[in-house]
Amino acid sequence: MRQRNFLPLAGFLVCVIALLSYFLFFYQFPVTRDIPWANWLLFALGLALVGAGVRRAFRQPERYRGRVMGPILGVLSLALLGLFLFYTLSLSRQLPVSAGAPRVGEKAPDFTLADAQGRPVRLYDLLGTAGNGAPGSWVILIFYRGYW
Amino acid sequence: MRSFQERLPDFTARGIRPVAVSVDPPETTRAHLAKTGWTYTFLSDPKGEVLRRYDLLHADAGMEGDAARPAEILIDPTGTIRWVDLTEDYRVRARPETVLEVFDQLNRKE
Repeated sequence: MRQRNFLPLAGFLVCVIALLSYFLFFYQFPVTRDIPWANWLLFALGLALVGAGVRRAFRQPERYRGRVMGPILGVLSLALLGLFLFYTLSLSRQLPVSAGAPRVGEKAPDFTLADAQGRPVRLYDLLGTAGNGAPGSWVILIFYRGYW
Repeated sequence: MRSFQERLPDFTARGIRPVAVSVDPPETTRAHLAKTGWTYTFLSDPKGEVLRRYDLLHADAGMEGDAARPAEILIDPTGTIRWVDLTEDYRVRARPETVLEVFDQLNRKE
């Protein structure tokens, strides 16, 4: 009786986690976000497990199953890695040039926008009133994509 | 965004206000702030008017149309821009430590 070969499935699941954990968890921390090394490690672990599973399915066919499922899960795992690399190396870099963005030394264009409570907030009012009693505040504008 | 909240005391101590801008309507931001507990200023530019004026509009990048192109701009109390960071990868954003370092360097020179 041949044994079930759980390694390819385990490896594939690790690859699924490797992909999803970036967006669900590691994205939040600059250390694991800018260079996604934690996800690379997870992918390496997942692919190693799949590889070991496929290898034993073919090397010891009398002991282990998985000669069909093993390679299928292997291809799927590689596809997940491909998706992750495509996102982190290509998709996230497709940004407009913004050649017309304000430059150092220029005056920041003033604007008034609603805050989270819907109250209008003017940029130059923020600059004029310091939170700590100093004559005026600096502002760091952080443009972000949003949470939809 | 979370990292700016974590370093908020360092910004406040220097007299710097973090101000986040996106196309999210106030309701979305309010719900998100209620969830995360972030307390600095978040502004809504749903029509992208300010984004257009700053040339930081990323057309059709959002779920429902345009979104902001990630960027950080440091402005002094006179309204003069002192530092701009236009990332080439929207995953890679300026860290609060970087902004604080830039601020300290600018103020050492003066």
